[in-house]
Amino acid sequence: MLRIEHLGKQFGPRLVALHDVSLQVAPGEIVALVGASGCGKSTLLRLAAGLEVPGTGRVLIDGAPVAGPHPSVGFVFQEPRLLPWLTVRQNVEFALAGVPKAEQAARSAAALARVGLTDFADAWPRRLSGGMAQRVAIARALVARPSVLLLDEPFSALDPFTKMDLQAHLLDIWADDRPTLVLVTHDLEEALVLADRVVVLRSRPGRVHGTFAVDLPRPRNRTAPDFQAQKQRLLEALDVGN
Amino acid sequence: MPNATLVLTPPAALRPAPPAAPRPRRRRPWPLGAALPLALLALWETLARTGALPPNLLPAPSRVLGTIAALARTGELWPHLGLTLARVGAGFVLGGAVATALGALTGYAPLARRLLDPLLQGVRNIPSLAWVPLFILWMGIYETSKVVLIAVGVFFPVYLGLMSGVQGVDRKLVEVGRMYRLSGLALVRRVFLPATLPAYFVGLRNGLGLGWMFVVAAEIMGANKGLGFLLVDGQMTGRPQTILASILLFAVLGQATDAALAWLSRRLLRWQDTYSMSEGPGE
Repeated sequence: MLRIEHLGKQFGPRLVALHDVSLQVAPGEIVALVGASGCGKSTLLRLAAGLEVPGTGRVLIDGAPVAGPHPSVGFVFQEPRLLPWLTVRQNVEFALAGVPKAEQAARSAAALARVGLTDFADAWPRRLSGGMAQRVAIARALVARPSVLLLDEPFSALDPFTKMDLQAHLLDIWADDRPTLVLVTHDLEEALVLADRVVVLRSRPGRVHGTFAVDLPRPRNRTAPDFQAQKQRLLEALDVGN
Repeated sequence: MPNATLVLTPPAALRPAPPAAPRPRRRRPWPLGAALPLALLALWETLARTGALPPNLLPAPSRVLGTIAALARTGELWPHLGLTLARVGAGFVLGGAVATALGALTGYAPLARRLLDPLLQGVRNIPSLAWVPLFILWMGIYETSKVVLIAVGVFFPVYLGLMSGVQGVDRKLVEVGRMYRLSGLALVRRVFLPATLPAYFVGLRNGLGLGWMFVVAAEIMGANKGLGFLLVDGQMTGRPQTILASILLFAVLGQATDAALAWLSRRLLRWQDTYSMSEGPGE
């Protein structure tokens, strides 16, 4: 479970990235953070991951305050960020430092099989397409079986087909262990396809504007009328054009 | 003014064009680069044999090779060759080691860079051969001053390559290391070191090229053995074939040691996504 309490973060004397943000995400819940650029959604995610130190407030993972990167938190960046000098398999095993070698091999093999890249285990990252590389990044984030998975605009650099494919794939993988999932996105459709709840942030300073429960059964059909109706409601909640 | 010797860092540009021994290339069906040197050699040989070239100034390539063969047969060649190699080797290790330590430090720690780098850049602008009289005064004319001079030549390319390599490490990849809770030595070993290797190898190869240049300077200025000594000896005794033999040996040795480093670099950097790698072996 992820709990964010009165989180604030300031960069330099002027720029208030986040102001008094509180949020609770239940175990196994999928939450999407949306908002205009500069609303602090990425900062919020990085604070939750322990990659940044909060100015005020705190983040709790399974009840324990976060003080730096945490073994039960996985992170998928906007870019795959694979280490180019490691093979695909070694990149996945990078998340398993300290685990016995034999277990690393077994777990990375399972994680790569899960994302459908067994055949590429010994390839260099330079040989992968963008979608494949991002699937390796997902395998790397999940191989240590985190209870919380944070994703920072993970599919924003991909073409629409690969993107839809990976969204479905992510839900599929999520269904295995049901980790808590927090996803930053600027794609409302992505938020509605994936999330149980959409949290809308406003900028200057970054703060929670409102929460939007997505009331649709899975799997969700993007073209269905009720999906479109939810999208309309979300757009209204975002105050677009105002 | 920048040190002219350091501007000429591509090692191939430092050495006289080898009259023979075209670089062997793997997987090339026809070494096109060998055609011109071979044609020039044939022309040179013909002109020398017909007497169009004065033999006391430019002897035929066959005579140059004969001189090397004779030196090898009498055993005279090996101490010269061995000593020159040892001097370059010692200078390369010494200069490379100091440059590695300082380059890593100034690349990694901004404070060290602000403290040390201006001084080192200043020293770099002294033409390195200007140190020779001082080194001879301090360390005598024997091996120490020669090795130190070579080490000075090797130092700067390695230092600059490594420092810029460490500074250029992708912050985003370092963050991946932090995300998986690597710190200190593990982060250096698993992220900084491999990320720095390409720039480091460029520095090492440039440094080695300068090492070969500086050994010539050191041996011309005072030695009674070594390939550089053969150069001077050939000049003193009016034997251009000895000078050319020595030049040829420098070319071959320089090329061989550079090829060894290049081979090592290719092996360690197989993962690189560069234009040259796209032609090379895949995995």
